[in-house]
Amino acid sequence: MPQSGQTFTVSKLTFHIRKLLEENDTLQDVWVQGEISNLSRPASGHIYFTLKDANASLKCVMWKTSAMRLNLPLRDGMAIEAHGKIGVYEPAGQYQLYADQIRPVGEGALYQEFMRLKAMLEAEGLFDPDRKKNIPELPHKIGIITSATGAALRDMLNTLRRRLPLVEVILAPSPVQGTDAPPALVKAIHKLDEQGLDILIIARGGGSIEDLWAFNDERVVRAVADTMTPIICGVGHETDFTLCDFVADLRAPTPTAAAELATQITIIDLQAEIQTYKTRLASATINLIAEQKASLASLSAQLRYLSPTRLIQSEHQRVDELSRRAFMSVAYRVNLQKKYLEGTQKRLEALSPLAVLARGYAVVTRKSDGGVIFRVAQASDEMKVRVSDGEFEVKRNE
Amino acid sequence: MAKSKTTQKNVEDLSYEEALAELEQVVSALESEQSQLEDAIKLFERGQALAARCGVLLEAAELKVKQVVGEDIVAFEEESE
Repeated sequence: MPQSGQTFTVSKLTFHIRKLLEENDTLQDVWVQGEISNLSRPASGHIYFTLKDANASLKCVMWKTSAMRLNLPLRDGMAIEAHGKIGVYEPAGQYQLYADQIRPVGEGALYQEFMRLKAMLEAEGLFDPDRKKNIPELPHKIGIITSATGAALRDMLNTLRRRLPLVEVILAPSPVQGTDAPPALVKAIHKLDEQGLDILIIARGGGSIEDLWAFNDERVVRAVADTMTPIICGVGHETDFTLCDFVADLRAPTPTAAAELATQITIIDLQAEIQTYKTRLASATINLIAEQKASLASLSAQLRYLSPTRLIQSEHQRVDELSRRAFMSVAYRVNLQKKYLEGTQKRLEALSPLAVLARGYAVVTRKSDGGVIFRVAQASDEMKVRVSDGEFEVKRNE
Repeated sequence: MAKSKTTQKNVEDLSYEEALAELEQVVSALESEQSQLEDAIKLFERGQALAARCGVLLEAAELKVKQVVGEDIVAFEEESE
């Protein structure tokens, strides 16, 4: 221990002060409450800030390893409680808090309870992803559990009205804060879960952690976890997490976002769908008519090919052919006959008595009856003599 | 399929979902079947009527809000803004 009146170097004194602080158990495990100012987060990943209240300020540093585990977005002016140990930064002669945890102010007890319940429910498997039910894309009926008078309800109804006015909403009004809230919320959840709705939304506008506390109540959290109907939780603002968020099938950052997530397909999509159907309807019909036209054209081509006109033409040709052959055959036979006739004529001529006459013979006939005289006894008084070039009459001399 | 719809409802009596479901059927029938031209035109007209019905219903849709009061579900009067 240094003596009174002793002279120190600065380093020695600073080291002495540091030892005093670091040997004090209270200062090595302390929660300090104050408001953040001069917040700085350089690229190193460490966080530097000053905690202050009305009368004093305390330099704080949080090393990167602790900063990475921080699940609370820090900002200047924020009231927090920081946990850590007091030490001295010797080059600046400055004592400071080396923080390893930060929690919102006033939440110590609530926060502990939150963490305890969260760990328990998580261990029971209530947060498991495979417990999550799918949210229908196009719901017909949506149940809403919230306060009948809050802005949250108005925001949700306006969102639904804008996005999907075909929907039917069934509201189960319930207080959303205070000691009455948890049993009322549970009753409302059960009531709506029995209605066979497509989606439930449990929601509440923003507020302090105490205001939102009903949504961390074990009864409410279990009721949300156990719904048969897919349920979306939209409590508070983006940065607020309640246990209902973890057990719901879908977490929405705000009530409005919950209404949006409940209506993945909007009236715009439906109108576009109808338009698509209209287009398909028209083009299918046009195609069909075009096909019909094409098959009509092909049929009439076939018809032309099979037309009797062609048959008739070919029959004509056949008739022509036959008649030609018929003609040919007749002409041939006529010719044959002609030749035969000529031959016969020649033979006839050869046999003709006229040919004999030409050789100097004569035929004598009776003038009276024209009978040919073969014997003398047949002769008459007047007779005709035919020679090769004509005839003359003769009279019998006694 | 056009013929099986002997109990074809008047388009005006169809809900949005019914009209949409039938529209879907009509369009796929037109696209896939070798329909008779006359049937096809009937299908087309039916489809147009169904599409129009859907459009009208979308246009006219108004959010219905009810609330649970005790064991009953009654109309909910929204506070005017």
